[in-house]
Amino acid sequence: MNPIVELDRATLRIGGHAVLKDISFAIAPGEFIGVLGPNGAGKTTLMRAILGLLPPSAGSLTVFGHAPQCGDAAIGYLPQLRTVLPDLRVRGLDYIASSLHGERWGLPSLSAADRAAIEATLDAVGARDLSHRALSDMSGGERQRLLLAQALMGEPQLLLLDEPLISLDARHQEVVIDVIKKVCRERKITVLFSAHELNQLLGAIDRVLYLGNGHAELGTVEEVVTAPVLSRLYGTEIEVLRAGGHIFVLSRGRDMERDAHMHDHDHGGHDHGHQH
Amino acid sequence: MRTCMTTTTAVTTTGTSTDMFQYEFMTNAFAAAGMVAVVSGVVGYFLVMRGQTFAGHALSHIGFAGATGAGLIGLAPLWGLVGFTLAAGIVMGLLSERISNRDVAIGVVLALSLGFGLLFLHYYTSFATQATALLFGNVLAVDHAMIATLAALGAVTLVALAAIMRPLIFASLQPELAEAKGVPLRAVSTIFLAIVALAVSACAQIVGVLMVFTLMVGPAAAAQRVTTGLWSGLALSAALALSEAWLGIVIAYYTDWPVSFCIATLSALVYFAALAMPRGRPAHSR
Repeated sequence: MNPIVELDRATLRIGGHAVLKDISFAIAPGEFIGVLGPNGAGKTTLMRAILGLLPPSAGSLTVFGHAPQCGDAAIGYLPQLRTVLPDLRVRGLDYIASSLHGERWGLPSLSAADRAAIEATLDAVGARDLSHRALSDMSGGERQRLLLAQALMGEPQLLLLDEPLISLDARHQEVVIDVIKKVCRERKITVLFSAHELNQLLGAIDRVLYLGNGHAELGTVEEVVTAPVLSRLYGTEIEVLRAGGHIFVLSRGRDMERDAHMHDHDHGGHDHGHQH
Repeated sequence: MRTCMTTTTAVTTTGTSTDMFQYEFMTNAFAAAGMVAVVSGVVGYFLVMRGQTFAGHALSHIGFAGATGAGLIGLAPLWGLVGFTLAAGIVMGLLSERISNRDVAIGVVLALSLGFGLLFLHYYTSFATQATALLFGNVLAVDHAMIATLAALGAVTLVALAAIMRPLIFASLQPELAEAKGVPLRAVSTIFLAIVALAVSACAQIVGVLMVFTLMVGPAAAAQRVTTGLWSGLALSAALALSEAWLGIVIAYYTDWPVSFCIATLSALVYFAALAMPRGRPAHSR
């Protein structure tokens, strides 16, 4: 089968800085890929490249067998939650509706078929009641479900989920992962799911894409999450411990992933000035 | 305020009873305020949705410098207002939202504009009587020519807004996704701020540059508290702005208080009433 996403010696640059250098990998149809790596490793950059917003400066990147096209309806995208205004008094239905043909000029319209499609998708992620509730009244977990429903609109074949677990507590993280796993298995959607912590994803992912230090490594958890591979990606000596079905990535005795996660919480309320 | 209220004083003494519509300046005031209120309510709804109300406020202050500057070189103040706000709106849009949302930068430009307005007034002293009208509005002095101009401004504003409404909403609610779907974010933002500039210019004719918030932000913010639907919110925002403007003129007619004061008071009352309402009530109409 032809790969859904394929990079061949691709280099992705932002403002002259090579975020990912000379990377090659291929993602097969229907795969659920966990995208991991330290902050600034290029998780968002990679997704923006797949969306066609950032052409590779060298090498090739193909999506569905051709160069990525900006606005491709076959790609569902859940951006990292940065710009939801705190006091957005817009109900879920209108929020999702805004993305339907939102690139066309003119007045917005919502046909009965559009409305039914939105409600069906909300149903699929167990969030039907969100259609008439204001965004500002939703919890973090509810917003993520709403965004997930939106990413699923229009029957995408590829889903790019950028940190959908951020700012959720452990219970809501599990719920979100379960919903994504179930819907994507049913619909045979290929998924790239970026996250800070590997452990919650272990039960859902087929393979893991680890980014770091400009490199990328795609493989099974057993192949990639090892001391030599991660030491190369983090650029420092890494230990990997497996205990009780969990994997701990340690640098000089400190838990790398947990540090990264805490770091992100510190900045949760701010505008992330630069793109990773 | 004396200068612009002399007409009303005359009215209340001669026509204590009833029919305010027998006076042409009153019908003119209702027509002008009505058109401007609807435009302000609709444009203001998007201003509030995008969190750019402060930018709208700044545009009106920049317009003050334009209006007084136009007076200095012998042009109609309205065209100075339109020219300056339009130029400033386009520049703010092109500098990207990241900069145009910076409160400090906007605040500095706002104060600088008022300063320039003062300088222009200083060199054109005979214009000073009109300064109060510019700052606080003078809807009772509106004539037929001004109504025609306001109608044209309002029509251009609404047509342009209708043309960009769909991508504007998408870009306002979810900029990252809109960008991924091919919406030209900067173009949409720039066109929108140009539209706001025109609406601000029209609004300043009614309530003055210092008080455009009363018609552009108050009703829209109140509407968004009360309803979460898009169309119901837009309609409510326009209806609130219209009723506040008209009721404000009526109250001013019977009390001899300045019209802008009456509209500002109503706007504030409605906003705080909306704040006090219980939150999270679903709206089912669209």
